[in-house]
Amino acid sequence: MLTFELVTYRYAGASQPSLRDVSLELREGEVLGLVGASEAGKTTLCLVASGLAPRTAGGTLTGRVLLDGEDTAPLAMHELAGRIGIAFASPATQLSGVAATVYEEVAFGPMNLGVPRRELIARTDEALAALQIEPLADRDPAQLSGGQQQLVAIAGLLALRPAHLVLDEPTAQLDPAGTEMVAAALAGLAANGASILVAEQKTDLLAGICSRIVALDGGRAVLDGLAAEILADPRLADLGVAPPAAVRLRRAAADADLPPAALARLEGALAG
Amino acid sequence: MTDLTLDAVTYRYPHGGALALDGIHLRIPAGQRVALVGQNGSGKTTLVRHLNGLLRPTSGRVLHDGDDVAGRTVAQLARSVGLAFQDPDRQIFAASVRSEVEFGPRNLGMRGGALRAAVDGALAGVGLEAEAGTNPYDLGASRRKLLALASVQAMGTPVLVLDEPTTGQDMRGVEIVRRVIEAAHAAGRTVIAISHDMEFVAGAFDRVVVLRAGKVILDRTPASVFGEAAWDALRSTYLEPPLSAVIGSKLGLGGTPTDGALLAALAPGSPG
Repeated sequence: MLTFELVTYRYAGASQPSLRDVSLELREGEVLGLVGASEAGKTTLCLVASGLAPRTAGGTLTGRVLLDGEDTAPLAMHELAGRIGIAFASPATQLSGVAATVYEEVAFGPMNLGVPRRELIARTDEALAALQIEPLADRDPAQLSGGQQQLVAIAGLLALRPAHLVLDEPTAQLDPAGTEMVAAALAGLAANGASILVAEQKTDLLAGICSRIVALDGGRAVLDGLAAEILADPRLADLGVAPPAAVRLRRAAADADLPPAALARLEGALAG
Repeated sequence: MTDLTLDAVTYRYPHGGALALDGIHLRIPAGQRVALVGQNGSGKTTLVRHLNGLLRPTSGRVLHDGDDVAGRTVAQLARSVGLAFQDPDRQIFAASVRSEVEFGPRNLGMRGGALRAAVDGALAGVGLEAEAGTNPYDLGASRRKLLALASVQAMGTPVLVLDEPTTGQDMRGVEIVRRVIEAAHAAGRTVIAISHDMEFVAGAFDRVVVLRAGKVILDRTPASVFGEAAWDALRSTYLEPPLSAVIGSKLGLGGTPTDGALLAALAPGSPG
């Protein structure tokens, strides 16, 4: 479980805080979606949740971030690393750059944690299979496309098997199939008890895997509720967040003054 | 005006690398809006890098207005084809937003009032006019991406190539990209964009080219590419048609690639 208690965070040198009085709770086995316009604070929240801010990013934090009820403030980054994993939108910041093959890249994290050889192989095989990238195992990560690199980066995170995962727009560079694979992998991890925080612009993806959603605006958590309710909330568009396709289509139909029969036809097709 | 032709272009990455393009024949007359789609690793980025000479075909020819460009330098080709990278950080280097946008047109010989007008217009086009003096790295990732777009737009090249322009953009950012494309089109420029966002593709382009494993498998209008007859081919490269196309097909309304097309087909008095 990951808990924010009135967290306010300001980057070093910034005049304004990027997070303001954010309280939220990510429970065991839950996928919590984080939405908001660009620069609403999603990436900052991910950095704070993972412990990278303020530990490596600097800046000042007030309030408390708790992991399984324990205040994380006294913990060093290496003490957090085995318990909470983070993936960013860009694989370039994520890949080790030292592995000659995709297989070695995925095994890199758990190897550094001292995972025994037999288990290391099992974890690596499982992570590659979860994202269906076994055919890439012998390829050089540097020669893959951006989207393929992102799948490799996420596989590396899965191989660490952290109890808490934080993903900042993990599918930004992925095609629809890659996006689905990541969604399925996250749902599977959550079913096994992992707590997952995922920031995304793709609300269709969130609709499929999240139980709850928090919306940020100007660094504040302004909406927090069940995924279906938040994604259908008209205030979401006001916050600069594109609603899922079905919500958008229903709203456009309502605005288009279609006669009741046409609306009923549309509704029937959407439901079926 | 520049007509682009790829004539039997094959590209293999060096040192025994993968075959990324496999006999591409493609002619793009001046003024078209063309979306390139396909799964990660299908060759989209490799293809567009041939248009401005960043990559040279292993075999086959790239023609601008019927002339083979093999003998021309990247700098010469940059007068015809402006390319905005998928990752803006591979492109951005200047210390201020204004000097970043000035770099390209200045290299093309623009000076004085014309240069100022080009830069101001490009910055206003992406909503960055108030940030001219800002360091690009003080902008968030999504606004850096818009800056990279403005930098290429400002060059006024006959052909504008955008590699995943909507990635990481919120609703407002996607709308800005859409307007930049519309403005370039209205000015008679060719716009070629790579995208994984099928709804964006359906709404903003005249022609959709679908790549799979380095080959063109579909090359049609959005209504046709997202029409039911093409779904098997589309899904063979792991793409899904937009929701409006699926609903339109379910209701027997024909090709309805966008929400607007679907609602128009549902309205009373329209055929079907």
